Amino acid sequence: MLKLFVPCDSVARAVGADQLADALSAEAQRRQVEVQIQRTSSRGLYWLEPLLEVETAEGRQGFGPVAAEDVAGLFEALTAAPAEHPLALGLVEQIPYLSSQQRLLFARAGITRPLSLEDYRNHGGFEGLAKAALLEQAEVVAAVLDSGLRGRGGAAFPAGIKWRTVRDAPAVQKYVVCNADEGDSGTFADRMLMEGDPFLLIEGMIIAGLAVGASKGYIYVRSEYPDAVHALNEAVLLAREAGYLDTTGSGVAFDLEVRVGAGAYICGEETALLESLEGKRGIVRAKPPLPALEGLFGQPTLVHNVLTLASVPIIMAKGAQFYRDFGMGRSLGTLPFQLAGNVRYGGLVERAFGLTLRELVEGYGGGTASGRPLKAAQVGGPLGAWVPPSQFDTPLDYEAFAALGAMIGHGGVVVADDTLNMANMARFALQFCAEESCGKCTPCRIGSTRGMEVVDRLIASSDPAYRADQANLLHDLCDTMQYGSLCAMGGMTSYPVASALKHFPADFGLASPEAAQ
Amino acid sequence: MPDETLDLPVIQRVLDHHRDTPGALLPILHAIQAGVGYIPDAAVPDIAHALNLSQAEVRGVITFYHDFRTAPPARHILRLCRAESCKSRGAETLAAQLREQLGLDDHGTSADGAVSLRPVYCLGACACSPALELDGQVHARLTPERLSALVSGCLQEVKPC
Repeated sequence: MLKLFVPCDSVARAVGADQLADALSAEAQRRQVEVQIQRTSSRGLYWLEPLLEVETAEGRQGFGPVAAEDVAGLFEALTAAPAEHPLALGLVEQIPYLSSQQRLLFARAGITRPLSLEDYRNHGGFEGLAKAALLEQAEVVAAVLDSGLRGRGGAAFPAGIKWRTVRDAPAVQKYVVCNADEGDSGTFADRMLMEGDPFLLIEGMIIAGLAVGASKGYIYVRSEYPDAVHALNEAVLLAREAGYLDTTGSGVAFDLEVRVGAGAYICGEETALLESLEGKRGIVRAKPPLPALEGLFGQPTLVHNVLTLASVPIIMAKGAQFYRDFGMGRSLGTLPFQLAGNVRYGGLVERAFGLTLRELVEGYGGGTASGRPLKAAQVGGPLGAWVPPSQFDTPLDYEAFAALGAMIGHGGVVVADDTLNMANMARFALQFCAEESCGKCTPCRIGSTRGMEVVDRLIASSDPAYRADQANLLHDLCDTMQYGSLCAMGGMTSYPVASALKHFPADFGLASPEAAQ
Repeated sequence: MPDETLDLPVIQRVLDHHRDTPGALLPILHAIQAGVGYIPDAAVPDIAHALNLSQAEVRGVITFYHDFRTAPPARHILRLCRAESCKSRGAETLAAQLREQLGLDDHGTSADGAVSLRPVYCLGACACSPALELDGQVHARLTPERLSALVSGCLQEVKPC
């Protein structure tokens, strides 16, 4: 019997994976060949999607990207000389893009079926929970602290310190909240993980609940990810049926609920997210009090991004030392970078911190998809800086990027060629901030709109002196927003704007970098 | 305007189901919108009463979030991604094509109620930009031809009598 694997990931489906699976079973029926088609998660090699994998004695052979029309010819080749088919990729796990990665979080990507508990267990699932259940709370917290894990949502705060704070906070009711409102454009690792390996997130949340003494967890997912919502809801039901979401040995009951956002970008900010979970407008709260002490419904709450929580089972299963052996400086472990935009080989690249942006964009990404010269890459989502190729040799490390006036954020990298106008992108960043600002603080609410007006005037003017004036004004405004906003939304909108102005003054009609000073 | 009192049983069922859920307002609004197609004005007093909130608080939440509608939707909702990754792959050209083909602005709805355009900022399909979502289904690696075919599909559909 022929065993085939086709991803059920939403983006693989957006480029024809369902049609491929249908065509495969129709063709098999026509030829009276017995086939089993498993719908797995995606490997994250998106330029090859839809990626068909065929089980052989040596391992899974890949073919991609396969359109439904290719199926008849492919069946022919499978029985004759599979390696000679023009779409043949050889053994999938030997594709250099994949084999050179260090996949910890995405170890099961493309291999297992997302909603199969059996597949999950057969590939190391629940080993971390089993170990954690044997430890004292303090030992679990110590392991997270020792691993060097930092918050993967963007702020990179040491996770273990949050855990310790929540554990030490006296309260009858505590919560674990997963921030799965992956609103940052250019990022898709959370989506892939929730759609493709939902039990990993659930396992991480159970461990977190045990360690900090929380009995209830919420996963707040953005509404733009209906497939992730569906996968999580199903996975929670399955985990509950299998007994993982009740009493887990240590006598602490933990249960989970999936909540769906409603299209507000600001709800990715942790305090706005908590407001939203409470059923209110997503308005940012002033800190302190920290959510770790007064979070959801006023109770101590551990709020983490999907990737942070999903890292915990690996840390527990393999040990803190194993995890911290990856990475550099204070950026330890691995980060799933997401290559997107105008790039030839877009996809997910999970590597230890420390590789350079050039290795990522030119090595893995293969340069621009258009074949035109590379202009810049925006790292870290819509609030990240545009980094010019002259800075591409910077290692991907939280501190090294902060020193550039940039950030790694959630690991999204959007590549642009020379046709993308950076003045337009700066204006877009301000426009986006104006649309999505919660309105609580003035620099963000008013500054974003005034910023758009300044960029418009700057671009429209033909008088160099006036332009220089407006550029100065824009710099001042960026400073005000950066240092005067209540949260990162207003604060970091200055990053794409100031970086565009600094590195690409010509796009603003400014003569040279000096003119922008 | 549809007779909103017809929706009251749906609304009551949703409220009964969620009444004791902590922080229930968003799940309630999602459930009503899923059942009715939008949040009818007639639902607001009942929601407020069930959750012990003022009507102003309920309206405040409805208007804060982009997803909630207060009028029936068009038959098709087309959301073209306009974020950085898709922009770097020509999303603005596609947006111009859409505006021309449909004669609509962003956020516009065609007069016959066939299509609504709504911008979206990221569908998580960034490695296969540009992308759009049509009636909940994501389409990626869009080309002008493919976009045109998708739009024609919405417009040519036989209208229900």
